[in-house]
Amino acid sequence: MNHALIMPILLPLLVGCSLLLLHRQSASLKRLLSVAATWLLVPLALGLLWQADAGQLSVYRLGGWQPPFGIMLLLDRLSALMLLVTAILAGFSVLYAVRGDDERGPNFHALFQFQLAGINGAFLTGDLFNLFVFFEILLISSYALLLHGQGAKRVQSGIHYVVLNLLGSSLFLIGVSMLYGLTGTLNMADLAGRVGAADPADAPLLAAAGYLLLVVFALKGAILPLYFWLPRAYAAATAPVAALFAIMTKLGLYAIVRVFTLIFGSEAGVLSNMVLDWLWPLSMLTLVGGVLGALAARNLQILLSYLVVVSVGTLLAGIALGTEVGLSAALYYLVHSTLVSGGLFLLADLIARQRGDMAAELLSAPALKQPLLLGALFFAGAISIAGLPPFSGFIGKVMLLQAVAPGVDALLLWPVVLVGGLGMVIALSRAGSMVFWRPSEAVSVGRPADRVRVVATFGLLFGSVLLVAVAQPIQAYMQATAAQLFELQPYLQIIRGGEA
Amino acid sequence: MEIVFAVTLGVMMTSGVYLLLRARIFPVVMGLTLISYAVNLFIFAMGRLSTGVPAIIGASAEYGDPLPQALVLTAIVIGFAMTAFVVVLALRGLGELRTDHVDGREPRK
Repeated sequence: MNHALIMPILLPLLVGCSLLLLHRQSASLKRLLSVAATWLLVPLALGLLWQADAGQLSVYRLGGWQPPFGIMLLLDRLSALMLLVTAILAGFSVLYAVRGDDERGPNFHALFQFQLAGINGAFLTGDLFNLFVFFEILLISSYALLLHGQGAKRVQSGIHYVVLNLLGSSLFLIGVSMLYGLTGTLNMADLAGRVGAADPADAPLLAAAGYLLLVVFALKGAILPLYFWLPRAYAAATAPVAALFAIMTKLGLYAIVRVFTLIFGSEAGVLSNMVLDWLWPLSMLTLVGGVLGALAARNLQILLSYLVVVSVGTLLAGIALGTEVGLSAALYYLVHSTLVSGGLFLLADLIARQRGDMAAELLSAPALKQPLLLGALFFAGAISIAGLPPFSGFIGKVMLLQAVAPGVDALLLWPVVLVGGLGMVIALSRAGSMVFWRPSEAVSVGRPADRVRVVATFGLLFGSVLLVAVAQPIQAYMQATAAQLFELQPYLQIIRGGEA
Repeated sequence: MEIVFAVTLGVMMTSGVYLLLRARIFPVVMGLTLISYAVNLFIFAMGRLSTGVPAIIGASAEYGDPLPQALVLTAIVIGFAMTAFVVVLALRGLGELRTDHVDGREPRK
């Protein structure tokens, strides 16, 4: 058995625990440990990606139990991809944090590592109840990280975030236990087989359980009626935390893809692809809601948070198409939007630091110390996230628009995505011109940006360029990923005959 | 037994949702607690309700399903930790925001 599979969970967990024990040691030691451990995840994830790209599913059986007994971790192309994106995003976020943001409250790095353990675990697990447990691990660390650094605003948005997610967890448990009560298993691959073979009389109950899970994942993923918590929470968080949170909405989408292609996918009999009809209008409405929010935002961080909502809607549209081409376009867009929105959150913080008391409010403020550097980064990030050439957002959108067959779907998707893009451009250019071109008369107060912080921001935004430069192999990988997700036999084989 | 169980769960869940919608932090915490109790009982019931059947194979003609019990234990532990966290958060909110409304300000009359 290949033990590398469990390392992305064990490593942050171990380092997080050690950081708690080293609580009294010097800050530099803790920083070194945390940065080293986070960056170690990148080669680890690359190794796993290489392993997954062989096209085989890797199964890690905890305690050596034959699935479906015991718990298993499952590595396929999708989970390996998500691990890599998380590792890169976390690496740059923690790099940004070590220049001072981690000292605003105790135990930042330990919480950061626990959060990583939870995220990686959720991407790797092949068991529905374990998915719940890892969600809770990452949520409780995210509560603490969100509140990190005090302040009434954080407490207020924190209460909403915590209460909503606790309610979400209750619904998650109801859905999971209903599935267990009806099928007698929690292993996702086993569930896939059993839902398909279930008694038709049980179908409505199984569907109810599935829809409950959809509600929970929609809450985590910030899909239309359930996204109102997001903007305030993300805008209130410190920059490195907000950047890391860029992966959290994608986690909800990952869970949707995982559960509704595998368990309620093409093999599920009468319940086959039951959510696709729901996802389509939801994605359109989320997109529209996000763009409207962005246009109305009066604060740079709120604006960026709404852009996260827009990216969720765009991604969901790709998933809702239910085709290989659509899903691979969505995955490409997922990588792009995670890295770029993470980078933009960091950049917004750099900008806010040079604007005195106005911080990120979109009102006239003292001129920036480094308008050229920050302006160039903002320009690049903005046209990338809005989906204009030459950056990765453009490629992602083109792939998505091409994925939809001509017809009613195209008639809906094209205008929404294109007009939405225009709305994003307007919102971002308004924000940019306010920040960079309309400074007040007051003397500027900020200090030049810290080098390491600039490097971290640049690193994430550069991901967009990289995604364009090597678009061809990346796109090939995404297509293989989508194909693997729709080919359910290997997953079912895990249960029938040990390691597939 | 099933009917009593189901009615109990329904009443707890309803009360929980009602308290949650009160939008004051203490009722909200109580509501979340009630909901999590109801959910825990629900998970337990998914192993089927029966009496006098130990979760050991061979000890009696029938045996109970041990897995929901293990799941409930996990859910209880997690729910307890989360409740503790919300209580602390509520106290801090009360200190910083000077109100117990979940929106951090009194609603307009």
